[in-house]
Amino acid sequence: MARRDDLGLRAALADRLLPVLVAAMSFLAALGLAGTLASASLAASWQAQANETLTIQVPQSGDPDATGKTTRLEAVQAALAKIPGVANPQVMSQADENALLTPWLGEDATQLGLQMPGVLTASWAGPGSPDALGEALDVIAPGTLVDAGAIWAARVAALTGSLQDCAAVVLIIVALVAAAVVAVAARAGLAQRRETITIVHGLGALDGDIASRFASRATVLVAMGAVAGTVAALPVLAWLASLAAPFAGQMASGGGTLFNLPTPLWFTLPLLPMAAAGIGWLTAQLTVRGWLRSLP
Amino acid sequence: MVRFEDVWLKYRNTARAGAPAKDVLRAISFEIPDGGFRWLTGPSGAGKTSLLKLIYLAEHPASGLIEILGTRAANISRREAALLRRRIGVVYQDFRLLPQLSAYDNVALPMRLARRGEAQITADVTEILRWVGLEDRLHARPDELSGGAQQRIAIARAVVGRPKLLVADEPTGNLDDEQAQRLMLLITALNRLGTTVVVATHNMALVERYPAPKLRIEDGKLVQNG
Repeated sequence: MARRDDLGLRAALADRLLPVLVAAMSFLAALGLAGTLASASLAASWQAQANETLTIQVPQSGDPDATGKTTRLEAVQAALAKIPGVANPQVMSQADENALLTPWLGEDATQLGLQMPGVLTASWAGPGSPDALGEALDVIAPGTLVDAGAIWAARVAALTGSLQDCAAVVLIIVALVAAAVVAVAARAGLAQRRETITIVHGLGALDGDIASRFASRATVLVAMGAVAGTVAALPVLAWLASLAAPFAGQMASGGGTLFNLPTPLWFTLPLLPMAAAGIGWLTAQLTVRGWLRSLP
Repeated sequence: MVRFEDVWLKYRNTARAGAPAKDVLRAISFEIPDGGFRWLTGPSGAGKTSLLKLIYLAEHPASGLIEILGTRAANISRREAALLRRRIGVVYQDFRLLPQLSAYDNVALPMRLARRGEAQITADVTEILRWVGLEDRLHARPDELSGGAQQRIAIARAVVGRPKLLVADEPTGNLDDEQAQRLMLLITALNRLGTTVVVATHNMALVERYPAPKLRIEDGKLVQNG
């Protein structure tokens, strides 16, 4: 079929409602996509931090150890320094310990007369899990507890995995709604141009020719809407990125500028209009071809 | 060649669910050789338009064999049916022009569907519009033209691609005598060049002026063939 508007589709597939609806869908899709990428990025960052941090609590830390030559705390610290995979074992200062406990025990926990354990921090860089550390240190200072961060890492992984699943579901729902919107618009166009299509069909137009005309028009409108929706989402995404920056270990710029957007988002956002156009083209093709089956 | 063999056409009764389908055409059999001409006559409601619809593949028969231009209509693919339709020129009783297109573009449409070159389209469309006396109304839309002018555009569209089979349903219904004569000259010229022609009409004066074998239908049955 010639590249002209023989079917009158510019009037039949209105150039207002469809792009506006698709723009709204693309706006939501952009947020969903950003959510997916952000949760994946945060998950990776948090898991790395949690996995490599060790916290060791030594009860009665000032008491002498089994040899009587040093305190239990110093004995555990010396043992940690010799264990392969453990790096930089440090005794947490009283000030840091107080800062940790302040939310629960108030400004100066030491004034409460509670028996506080000594706390050591270290980094775990060894292969596998540091689970066996607890048993080894318990021999040196009975009652010593090792918090490897793996539990938190697993929880963070589960949480961010759920967030990613939610974002993926949002993207799928948005894609389905966009497809439904295109299908409804195509059906409306078919209803409006029923007589014209019947005539053209009778003159020997192939189903593919007619479907391609609708699909081309739908693709243009959907692409326009998708570009508009994606561009409209950029300032919102920049603002959200500036809010999320501290959670990813970055400094908040406070400006909410586009520079806050993570690099992967710049590569994936342009895919949204392309994906939307693809959905529009495919949906229009299927809708029109299905409708044409009703003609002889 | 157009061949019908014991063809039945039924229309579903859409007004009442479960009602039996109505026989519109019953046991129709005839054959028109390549390059043949047939008048199709009969009273209103006898089934002439339904018979033409079967010929130009706008309806499926309930039973029977239909062969159009050497192709059996049953079991052909949708693509094959579309390509076969391009070899059939149809003049509809109600013109069926595209209201958003000019006279020129309406006539050019079948050639564009067949992906003919624009140079050939321009030459052929201009020539046929000149033949039907509308060379000065190329850019007029159908709603800007009289019924007779619209009918002439519909005729021009049907013949511009030099079809192998021309099917016309009351083609002179809105034409004055001079235009009707002119149309018949065009149709007989096409017929002499090898186009098979079937013309449904009530105009018995026209039938007498251009003698040719007749297919006469009454109440869905073929009562005269020849």
